[in-house]
Amino acid sequence: MSTPTAKMTPKFDIRNNSVSERRPAKISVNDLNFYYGRNQALHDISLELPERMVTAFIGPSGCGKTTFLRTLNRMNDVIPGTRVDGEVLIDGENIYASGADVVDLRRKVGMVFQKSNPFPKSIFDNVAYGLRINGLTRNRAGLAERVEEALTNAALWSEVKDRLNSSALGLSGGQQQRLCIARALAIRPEVILMDEPASALDPIATSKIEELIFDLKKQYTIAIVTHNMQQAARVSDFTAFFLLGKLIEVNTTETMFTAPEQKLTEDYITGRFG
Amino acid sequence: MTTQVHRHLDEELDLLRDTVLRLGGEAEAALRHAMHALVDRDVAVAREVLEHDDAVDALEVEVDRQCIDIFVLRQPAARDLRFVMSVAKTAPLLERIADHACNIARSAIDLAQEPELKDHIRIGEMGEIASSMLAAALDAFTKSDANAAREIIKRDAEINDLYNDIFSELIGMMVTEPATATRDARLLLVAKHLERIGDYVTDISELTVYMAEAAIIKHQRGNV
Amino acid sequence: MMTSLTALCTVVAVGVLAIILLYIAQRGISSLNFHFLIETPKPVGEGGGIGNAIVGSALLLALSCVVGIPVGIATGVYLSEVGRGWFASTVRFFVDTLTGIPSIVTGVFVYAVLVLRMKHFSAYAGGAALALIMIPIVARTTEEMIKLVPHSLREGALALGAPQWRVTVGIVLPAAAAGIATGAMLAIARVSGETAPLLFTAFGSRFFPSRLDEPIASLTVQIYNYAISPYDEWHAQAWAATLVLMTLILSINVTVRFFTRKKF
Repeated sequence: MSTPTAKMTPKFDIRNNSVSERRPAKISVNDLNFYYGRNQALHDISLELPERMVTAFIGPSGCGKTTFLRTLNRMNDVIPGTRVDGEVLIDGENIYASGADVVDLRRKVGMVFQKSNPFPKSIFDNVAYGLRINGLTRNRAGLAERVEEALTNAALWSEVKDRLNSSALGLSGGQQQRLCIARALAIRPEVILMDEPASALDPIATSKIEELIFDLKKQYTIAIVTHNMQQAARVSDFTAFFLLGKLIEVNTTETMFTAPEQKLTEDYITGRFG
Repeated sequence: MTTQVHRHLDEELDLLRDTVLRLGGEAEAALRHAMHALVDRDVAVAREVLEHDDAVDALEVEVDRQCIDIFVLRQPAARDLRFVMSVAKTAPLLERIADHACNIARSAIDLAQEPELKDHIRIGEMGEIASSMLAAALDAFTKSDANAAREIIKRDAEINDLYNDIFSELIGMMVTEPATATRDARLLLVAKHLERIGDYVTDISELTVYMAEAAIIKHQRGNV
Repeated sequence: MMTSLTALCTVVAVGVLAIILLYIAQRGISSLNFHFLIETPKPVGEGGGIGNAIVGSALLLALSCVVGIPVGIATGVYLSEVGRGWFASTVRFFVDTLTGIPSIVTGVFVYAVLVLRMKHFSAYAGGAALALIMIPIVARTTEEMIKLVPHSLREGALALGAPQWRVTVGIVLPAAAAGIATGAMLAIARVSGETAPLLFTAFGSRFFPSRLDEPIASLTVQIYNYAISPYDEWHAQAWAATLVLMTLILSINVTVRFFTRKKF
């Protein structure tokens, strides 16, 4: 009853136009089971997320992909009554070990949510928030530098550089989402988790986010939950298919969408699902 | 657990399959009639083959159109994607087979003026093999039968061997009986057309294997 | 038909309030003058005023706020952010019950606990009684306002590595601040009209307050004392004091409305 794990050697990486060597796993999940109270939401998930590549989680509503994503930075801890069984190793260390530092984990593993959630503060203060509370800069100049760096990496700097002190809530939906990405990038995480980041955005804003992901993966390991299969195909290197809390298949994206191994996967991808 | 969802895509895929099989049927018929015209020296049948070629070309264009529509409007994936891709690549192959059949028909008209050659040195046999291979390839394609497709690929060797034999014979005859050299040359061309048809049928079978198993086996003759 | 019925009810409701205000204004305006506002009460026939009562009310209000508002807000924060399980439910139940306790009961309680022990009435006791009334109100509104803060804001902060307390203090409370302030001000408006608890705790005085552990005057008690006296002159002063009290309470309410309107 073991679940399949990714074949991690894409022999010809079309996207980078180069032959990529075997990338080590940034995150290794082993036999993860997750419970909301008595309800088991995830069954025996084992999966590896290779470093500096994008892995997409797809599956129908309620399949557990968002729950799984949130176990990677322990965001499910804030929900009362949840229980985790199994291990999640980031750089070899189990984040669920007793005594593990959750705050430190969340500095390393950033998150972008489905509906953008900027704080009701200025644009500058939003991006600076993570830097301030984690004490990552020494002085005002350093802070301003890091804020600019983050906004540039999120492809938002040119649009907001003249109004850093205006309210973040005055930005458009797509800009707010990029602001949330900048906020996450500011503290220089190593992994970025994205929960349907473009689902509330129009096509142009969506493609800006997708282009951004393309750039970000040079530096960050990215996991993205999406219900849009074309988006998974466009953006990810690996795709994992979840169904009813189980991991059905994980494969390179090219293989997943041209010749998946499991019939369930193929049925879902070709839209034959009930 | 999976329930069948009624999809426009399924109807469109069925329609596409019908269209390409019609095209295949036309190619089969063209080849058979052309060979019949050649062997029985029936000029009328040969002319019919030539006249019918426009309809065959129109069918190929229709398959192209349907494939593009499905690609852009339905974004097929996995099995469906491989199917549409294979059909899009098979249609021109079938059209070329029909073209070669037309060339054979033209040769049949010319050869009817020439003195008859008894036995036709096994060209008839070569035509039979090509026809049966084409029929089998279309059958394997319809059923997505990769194993049957692999068998057909092996038979390509038969046609190639037969071609080499006929080539040697005809060259020999052209040397020893120069009076009938023109006729022999035309027959040689017919044999060449049949050999090309055999190659195309092999290509179609390789596409069938890709469609069924997602294995790309082309350019690997001998590694099937 | 429906429109006219509801309009009629509205007119009745508003009309009653208008009548009350106008009546008080009419009865009280004649005795209202500057001296009235700054003098202490004097024996009948010598005039006097409610100056010490105004100061007393202000002091009592200040005392109760110093205790009531922080404790109320903290309780509200606990109930909405921290509390889980049976203990939080119990606390919430008690808080809800406390909002319904008649204020006179609170007064008697503080009398038994503070006044008897100190052996005299005091501003402290008055402030304590008012605080006890204030706390449940502030706690409940705080809890409701905090619950209105979208969960997504909290998650955004948590995901950046903020510990829970930081999220509560730095993100949730500022976001709920307007609502909490409204709740606090409404609680102030409510307790500034209380009389019964002060009867047993602050008791009343004819002098300007000098120490907080002595009995202290308040507008409401003063009105009560004047109203039940047999003297017409004091009745007139009671009306004037009522007018002053109503004006103060109305001002607080208007201020609250003004500040909440600005947020939108």
